[in-house]
Amino acid sequence: MKQILHIANRELNTFFDSLTAYVLIVIFLGFSGFFTWIYGADVFFVGQASLSTFFTVAYWSLFIFIPALTMRSIAGELKAGTLELLLTKPVSDWQLILGKFLSTFFLIGIALAPTLFYYFTLWAIGPVDHSAIVLGYVGLLLMSMVYISIGLLTSCLFSNPIVASLTALSIGIFFHIIFDVLASNFVGFAGSLFSFLSLSTHFESITRGVVDTKDLIYFFSIAFFCLYASKMILSNRNLQV
Amino acid sequence: MDIVVEHLTKRYGPQKAVDNVSFRVKAGEVLGFLGPNGAGKTTTMKAIACYINPEEGDIKVGGYSIKEHPEIIKKNIGYLPENNPLYQDMNIIDFLDFIAKIHGIPKYLIPERILDMVRICGLEGEKHKLISELSKGYQQRVGLAQALIHDPEILILDEPTTGLDPNQIVEIRELIKRIGKEKTVILSSHILAEVEATCDRILIINNGRIVVDGTAEELRKQAAGNEILKLGIQGGDVNDIFENLIHLETVDAVDFIDVDRQLFEVQSKEEVSSVKSIFDLCVQNNYYISELTPSEKKLEDIFRQLTLH
Repeated sequence: MKQILHIANRELNTFFDSLTAYVLIVIFLGFSGFFTWIYGADVFFVGQASLSTFFTVAYWSLFIFIPALTMRSIAGELKAGTLELLLTKPVSDWQLILGKFLSTFFLIGIALAPTLFYYFTLWAIGPVDHSAIVLGYVGLLLMSMVYISIGLLTSCLFSNPIVASLTALSIGIFFHIIFDVLASNFVGFAGSLFSFLSLSTHFESITRGVVDTKDLIYFFSIAFFCLYASKMILSNRNLQV
Repeated sequence: MDIVVEHLTKRYGPQKAVDNVSFRVKAGEVLGFLGPNGAGKTTTMKAIACYINPEEGDIKVGGYSIKEHPEIIKKNIGYLPENNPLYQDMNIIDFLDFIAKIHGIPKYLIPERILDMVRICGLEGEKHKLISELSKGYQQRVGLAQALIHDPEILILDEPTTGLDPNQIVEIRELIKRIGKEKTVILSSHILAEVEATCDRILIINNGRIVVDGTAEELRKQAAGNEILKLGIQGGDVNDIFENLIHLETVDAVDFIDVDRQLFEVQSKEEVSSVKSIFDLCVQNNYYISELTPSEKKLEDIFRQLTLH
């Protein structure tokens, strides 16, 4: 466990040293703040003490940001040769993968943390549905978990960061929107299958304030599958440089 | 800790990088790993460092197999990979701190270990610089520092002196020698002089197989074969001298090197020396010797001879 945290910590420091983290946080807060408070279907326009607009903006912006964060995680280490340095230290393949996963997850957490002020502000100006907001954050974190795992997997598969990032995005877009669109065009078994596969179905059901174990199983199983596949690829060391 | 490599085989696609290699390294020994590029040195070292899994064969380090207990082996090995990969965006102290933490060195010992490494590897003046700002020689020292920080019993160095200037090469060699007194060291190189200067034992590998295993002395002896003398004789006709030399009992073959200066190359028969009979010959015929040099084969020649076919 310690190894995982050491790796995650180093990685997180790299995000901040390379300005990636600051750029991400500034853009994310800028976007979400703008749309939540100032423009479009903002809180004052809707007239309800609800953060649903914020969750929609975050849902989309995280989807786009995460592949950019994960694209270099394994591919970059492989290219620089530091993967060899790290894996010949007392670090197992699992610890490395989980360390990389946690570093990005923490970064998303750090980016989301200041938005708690939106929640407190809203609380001050009107009656809020606390459980819906808390679960909204839980939903965002679960979604991030899935996309980080997908990003890690593609970073293991492709040594070129751009290819890794674009592949992660195109796999992500299936979960994000395409399955949802397909679900509405099909009926019967196919319809319910696509509806189950669509991430937005599960995300919406959580943000509505209903936690179903089915949703949790959905998020965790995709994440686990991707992390496990990444670990297997890493263990084979048949990585292309 | 002993290292025992048994029937190691590793393929990259259809090509065998290492083919049924077996050898032992005793604790406290400094082993030089020689071979032309692509001979399988790096692959063998990566396998010992638990980075790659061999298809066949096993490696035991201190009795632990790399297949069953890699975590124990990794703790006891300090490894400097080829090309010395480092986190370029970290500064030296942060980097060494990270490596020390990964090795599970107790927190209160870490600052002390880092300072020791900075001192041993001569990094005092640079310690707050980013690794990317360092020259190649200093980066190599950081690579050594990260390999040594947990005081491992075994040190594996893959071409530790590539890209260094002559002064730095001497410094790194001195450092390896000093470390080698207490630890088991395997180092690879394709510079023979380096291996000869630092290692107790030499292993030459070619096309994935071991061709020679022994000390530099043994290697010379094995390849030297019959005695070869470069001989200059004056005081007589060059053809007479040649005839006389050829009829000596101990001489196998004579060749002219330089007719005008009366220089010959004399090859003796197996396991005998012709020096005394040549001297007697000169006394009998009133010749005098202007030059007599045993021609010793250079390690370079031996290396070429062993790895060119």
